[in-house]
Amino acid sequence: MIEIKNLHKSYKMGSNSLHVLKGINFSVEEGELVAIMGSSGSGKSTLLNILGMLDELDEGSYDLDGVPIKNLNETKAAQYRNKFLGFIFQSFNLINYKSAVENVALPLYYQKVGRKERHEKALKYLEQVGLKEWATHLPSELSGGQKQRVAIARAMAAEPKVLLADEPTGALDSKTSYEVMDLIQKINDAGNTILVVTHEPDIADMCKRIVHLKDGVIVEDKKIEQVRASQYV
Amino acid sequence: MFDLERWQEIFDTIRKNKLRTFLTGLSVASGIFILVILLGFGQGMQNGIAQEFESDAATSVWIWTQTTQKEYKGLNPGRQIQFRNEDYTTIVDKMDLNIENKSRFYRPQNITTTYGNDALIYQVLGTTSEVQFLENESMVFGRFLNEEDENQSRKVAIISAKIKKEAFKTIDNPVGETIKISDIPFTIVGVYKDKAGDQEENRIFIPISTAQKVFNGADKLDNLVFSLPPVEDFDQAVAQSIAFKNKVETYLKQKHTIAPDDEGGVGIFNPMEEAKRYYSLTGNIKFFFWFVGVCTIIAGVVGVSNIMLIVVKERTKEIGIRKALGAKPWSIIGMIIHEAIFVTAISGFTGLIFSMGLLEIVGPNIEVDYIVNPSVDFNVALATVFLLVIAGAVAGFFPAWRAASIHTIDALRDE
Repeated sequence: MIEIKNLHKSYKMGSNSLHVLKGINFSVEEGELVAIMGSSGSGKSTLLNILGMLDELDEGSYDLDGVPIKNLNETKAAQYRNKFLGFIFQSFNLINYKSAVENVALPLYYQKVGRKERHEKALKYLEQVGLKEWATHLPSELSGGQKQRVAIARAMAAEPKVLLADEPTGALDSKTSYEVMDLIQKINDAGNTILVVTHEPDIADMCKRIVHLKDGVIVEDKKIEQVRASQYV
Repeated sequence: MFDLERWQEIFDTIRKNKLRTFLTGLSVASGIFILVILLGFGQGMQNGIAQEFESDAATSVWIWTQTTQKEYKGLNPGRQIQFRNEDYTTIVDKMDLNIENKSRFYRPQNITTTYGNDALIYQVLGTTSEVQFLENESMVFGRFLNEEDENQSRKVAIISAKIKKEAFKTIDNPVGETIKISDIPFTIVGVYKDKAGDQEENRIFIPISTAQKVFNGADKLDNLVFSLPPVEDFDQAVAQSIAFKNKVETYLKQKHTIAPDDEGGVGIFNPMEEAKRYYSLTGNIKFFFWFVGVCTIIAGVVGVSNIMLIVVKERTKEIGIRKALGAKPWSIIGMIIHEAIFVTAISGFTGLIFSMGLLEIVGPNIEVDYIVNPSVDFNVALATVFLLVIAGAVAGFFPAWRAASIHTIDALRDE
């Protein structure tokens, strides 16, 4: 599904250049649940941004579902993001003046899905995350865990190839974190490919594979025995 | 523009950001409102001035006699000047002047006018038929003086609508009635009405020849009045009338042995000179109103731009989210501009409708000197609305464009 070869990325900071990713080789199969771990500054967020086409790579290659991702202009990148990727953010990033169901329906708007169908689909995904009765509530009326579940429903709504979660539990307490991870695991069980960036070992243990990043290189890449989050819920 | 989904998205945004939309709209609507009201009153002032000068043909030159103020060629100051028929005929026939209408007045002295047993306390003036055009008199009954009246020295009189109202209350049509001027019967042949109103309707007109013969006038004249042919260009009209005034003044002063620099002797009123002063005044006022109006519009544009800037700034994160979800940059720019145009257009037209409505309702009822029916050219007002809408769009475009080109990650980080 994801194929990365010899990926380099550096940022210009004034006259200095900061080499963040120094030759990453990395691939993800369909249906995997991968945790990307590392301390801050290890380059894990940069890697995720490149995977999410929010940032461009300097060197190397990146294929997503067989499509080379390179030299995309904004418009093309937007198209690919909409088609291939679903994002889950640490700070949820819901639009605060739109209700839960409207937030979930937003990616479908950019897929040019009709209003009625959008609404139906959005409701279906809200139901999957157990928030159907909260559909008309604004984000400000939801708890942190509920917000993240709405965000997950939104990421799912576009039916992407890969879900990218950037510290999805970073702003949540452990109980809620496990609920969210339970949801992510269930989505993965249904066959979806998911990448989770985290620095919490217990969250990483709930994935099927852990990729450890340090100073811009992969120092460890291992498959693990998944810890089911449901036992903590 | 006709993308229904886009419209729904915009209506959603507007509905959920009522205060923001309201403030944007308010600044646009009030800008248009103030501009239209200002322009309306500028126009009203010009209408007012135009009306002031409309009544007496504004192009007519009045000449009257005065006492001299300066000693000249051995003659003492304080001498009363008297015009004669000859003065009039010389000006009309021998001076090669371009005159449209001309007339002369003789005011009989020490006369009493009566109708039945009632005294008529009005001025009696001997004059000619052309006064009707010079003074813009319209007829209510009968006719004005004509040349035959003058040639045959008929004893006929023209009274005004005001005199009719005051002295002939019981009679529907006073034509044919007889009034006595110093016991000499005159038949009323017409009733006139002056546009300028009652204060111009205190005069009874009789033929000049009759006045001079019957009331010992000999060939004396009190006033001469001339009008010049209309000229399209205002400045040309002024120049023409000043040239005319100077020629006539020179002739009359020479003829009656008055010092050329004497301010007495001959009085000449040239309304064009007055009109010019007022016209340039209204011109300045109109320019001032335009200036204020344009400043208001600029303030409106700046206001709209500011609000758009804040709106876009406030929505940076939302833009980031939308981009992460697959919004193309142009769809974001389009959405913001579309919203800006929609809001400015709706509020612009609201301001336009309110201000035009106000002018329409209040305008005709305004009774202040020099302000008549303030109104505004609809096309001008419409053009300003479009200007503001375009300004709103341009004002929205740059921040929107910048916001859309912010890196998605940076936009997402924006708090």
